[in-house]
Amino acid sequence: MKEIMADLDRWRAQGRRVVLARVVDIEGSGPRLPGAAMAVADDGEVAGSVSGGCVEGAVVAEALDILATGDRRLVTFGYSDDDAFAVGLTCGGTVHLFLEPLDW
Amino acid sequence: MTSIYDLWRSAVTDSRPVAIATVVEGPGVGAKILVGEDIEPVGSLGDPDLDRVVVRDAIGELAGGRTGVRHYGPHGEAREETVSVFIESFAPPPQMLIFGAVDFTGALVRIAKVLGYRVTVCDAREVFATHRRFPQADEVVVDWPHRLLERVGDRLGPRDAVCVLTHDHKFDIPAIIAALGTEVGYLGAMGSRRTNAERLLRLEQDGADMDEVRTRLSAPIGLDLGGRTPEETAISICAEIIAARTGRPAASLSVTEGPIH
Repeated sequence: MKEIMADLDRWRAQGRRVVLARVVDIEGSGPRLPGAAMAVADDGEVAGSVSGGCVEGAVVAEALDILATGDRRLVTFGYSDDDAFAVGLTCGGTVHLFLEPLDW
Repeated sequence: MTSIYDLWRSAVTDSRPVAIATVVEGPGVGAKILVGEDIEPVGSLGDPDLDRVVVRDAIGELAGGRTGVRHYGPHGEAREETVSVFIESFAPPPQMLIFGAVDFTGALVRIAKVLGYRVTVCDAREVFATHRRFPQADEVVVDWPHRLLERVGDRLGPRDAVCVLTHDHKFDIPAIIAALGTEVGYLGAMGSRRTNAERLLRLEQDGADMDEVRTRLSAPIGLDLGGRTPEETAISICAEIIAARTGRPAASLSVTEGPIH
């Protein structure tokens, strides 16, 4: 979250609504450790990353949904047999993200 | 009231350690508490007993620089999983002290900055220890290294590194002895095999605890990459620091097996 502080400050100063996504847990292989953060502003501008580029597109879609609904939620990305067409990590790991509006 | 974001922001900007605990699953999802050293916790997770337990745990996690999820009962009970709390620690950057303002120092400063260290260069010779020679160093100190350690040694911990590049026994013997008296996680000293053999004799003569020297001093400093330039040497030193922290053998992944992380 430190790495994206300048972007968060700028967006807050502009009065834009922002969703923060943070890696809270990983299982198996995963490129980014818990604490890795990505933020999405209400016009779709993005700062930071939460994986090696595998799930960022899906995080933007989730974030825009959160802007619309005001929800806060855990989202899990990873490969499983039941869910073979869902977005996953090519490395085979599972990543748990917490997404929330940056309203605190 | 100042927001948790603003409190977090000012702590991080001032390099003060701070942690944020957030409920990520269970009742009160999104609720937060911010904790730091010497400040009253700010915020609430919605239950005073849960708050008390999470504040205690967050202070412990912050001290260890750890980030992760912990599970509790609704009132902070252990061994229950009603509430999942993500505790994120924001520790100040690790420190690297580089002793000796030599050719290799500038390259090591640059690589250490890439890795996120707060870097101090220290040399007793004021013509060499200048900000102009090491513009990326956070601090350049003109003093004997062991005297700098007398002042700042108690602030060094397992995430920090001391690199002795002086290869002059007059400076490096007292510096190594002083560094062994700290909790620093990595201690390395540069020099040829011959310089190093002589250095070990001198350390013993000067009363260093040789068991400590054998287990804690990396000398000659760096991994055996075969590089020659200051930049290549700096990478071999930093690679050794990473391998020392993770306890890995530093071989190519192509010849090892098992999980990468």
